[in-house]
Amino acid sequence: MTDTVLETENLAVTYTGDRRVEAVKGVDLAFPENRLTAIIGPSGCGKSTYLKALDRLHDIQPNVEITGEVYLRGEPVYDTDEPAPEIRKQVGYVPQEPTALPLSIYENVAYGLRIHGLFDSKDDLDELVERHLRKVNLFEEVSDRLDAPAAGLSTGQIQRLCLARSLAVEPDVLLCDEVTSALDPISAENVEETLAELAEEYTIVMVTHSMDQAKRLADEVVFLYLGEVVETNDVRSFFEDPQHERTKRFVSGPTDDEYAVSDAT
Amino acid sequence: MNRYTRERVAGVAVRAATVLVLAVMAIVIGVTLARGGRVLLANPAIVVTPPGSRYMLEANGGFLHAVLGSLFIVGPATVVSMVLAVSTAAYLQSDYSSERFSDVTNMFLNVLWGTPPIVYGVFVLTVVIALGARTSMFYGIVAIAIFQYPIMTRYTDEALRSAPDTVREATYGLGATRFESAVMTARAALPGIVAGVIMGFARGVGDAATVLFTAGRSTRMPGGLFEPATTLPVLVFDQATSFNAEVRSHAYAASFVLIVVVLGLILASKLLAGRYARFAPGGRNS
Repeated sequence: MTDTVLETENLAVTYTGDRRVEAVKGVDLAFPENRLTAIIGPSGCGKSTYLKALDRLHDIQPNVEITGEVYLRGEPVYDTDEPAPEIRKQVGYVPQEPTALPLSIYENVAYGLRIHGLFDSKDDLDELVERHLRKVNLFEEVSDRLDAPAAGLSTGQIQRLCLARSLAVEPDVLLCDEVTSALDPISAENVEETLAELAEEYTIVMVTHSMDQAKRLADEVVFLYLGEVVETNDVRSFFEDPQHERTKRFVSGPTDDEYAVSDAT
Repeated sequence: MNRYTRERVAGVAVRAATVLVLAVMAIVIGVTLARGGRVLLANPAIVVTPPGSRYMLEANGGFLHAVLGSLFIVGPATVVSMVLAVSTAAYLQSDYSSERFSDVTNMFLNVLWGTPPIVYGVFVLTVVIALGARTSMFYGIVAIAIFQYPIMTRYTDEALRSAPDTVREATYGLGATRFESAVMTARAALPGIVAGVIMGFARGVGDAATVLFTAGRSTRMPGGLFEPATTLPVLVFDQATSFNAEVRSHAYAASFVLIVVVLGLILASKLLAGRYARFAPGGRNS
């Protein structure tokens, strides 16, 4: 049995704006170390909301109410005296939209290292930036223009840069929010390959709308429906032998490939 | 009238309006450049020559005093206003401010923007009188800074508002504090902020009403912070109403300098904005 890195206990997220929306309703989940867990479910089922709650990212917007608790290596994430930025440093978050900071490629990766003071010298920083760019298979593509604005990269490259930027601060767990959904197929494939490699040494929680992607990448799968966990299992059992009626229907529904065929005809 | 005729009529009307605006602009700039240019070409030294003792009467010397007066008043005013404007806008767009407070503040800023500059002049004059002081460069700086403040704040606010939210989320995700995140958002908005500051400077340089009662008038070189000083727009007014034809011709030369400075600043703001935009998300490729 592997260690649990991240765990949620009865975690509920409610939007309290114009109308109360209970987006996540008391979710208990545990994410084991060095495994890639995919959270799947139809649009609007609370996947992204849940993911952001793991990183205390709802703190930055008004009208969100969070109850329950998240434990990172056994320590509470919400009921703690530690400042939120320290928590967020330990939990990397890669947003859906590939976002380059308005800096050079080099400085994008160095940003987290700089704000947390995680390097000793310029040489050390250079080495860390290169190592993390290599980790996401981006170094070869950009080594001759590290000082160029990151905004000039392709969206696929920017998404890999985001991964490198998040990994640079050495988080305990990496949250990926539909990181391939805004990309063209070839870029998406590159990012997926990178994720597959990273999954060997990192704990990754990935939200995806694509069951095929979950099948290809995940070790564990969580099926979220209307803010509640319907089923969670290892990837094989989940797809080959779903336990719940709703999971069965969701899994046997049209896959991406079938959509592609029906589009073509 | 059928839909295609209507479309053609609308097209002609829009084009005619554009031509009209461009023509007026071309005439204003053209006349100033031609008439002012002629005077300046004949005697370019007047821009950098201090005025003689009877300059307004006999046009002896030049109008360096007004060029420097403009720089000494609008320069510091822009710096003061920029600090205030960027802080205000950053606060309004930050997570420290509530949406309601930001909306109300923005409404007041719009009202301030729409306030005729002469009102600022009169307001500062009231303060000057209440303090028992006399008009000087210092009060000119105050009046221009107040005048520029809403312009720069609105520009900066717009720029920060249009900076993508994802930048904020990405920095928070990396463990940035609210301040660090705000700095990064400001960086993303830098092209707009730079454009706003330069626009504020250009408006400040070109405005006469604010400084008329506050900085006073002088036909001598600026003597100190608490001495009266003349700026280019005020000088142009004084020269243009002079009975001496040569002084009146200097008004075109001074206008020439003013218009070149303002056009130059606007061009600079465009170029600078373009340069910074390279680093902004969604910016041009290097």
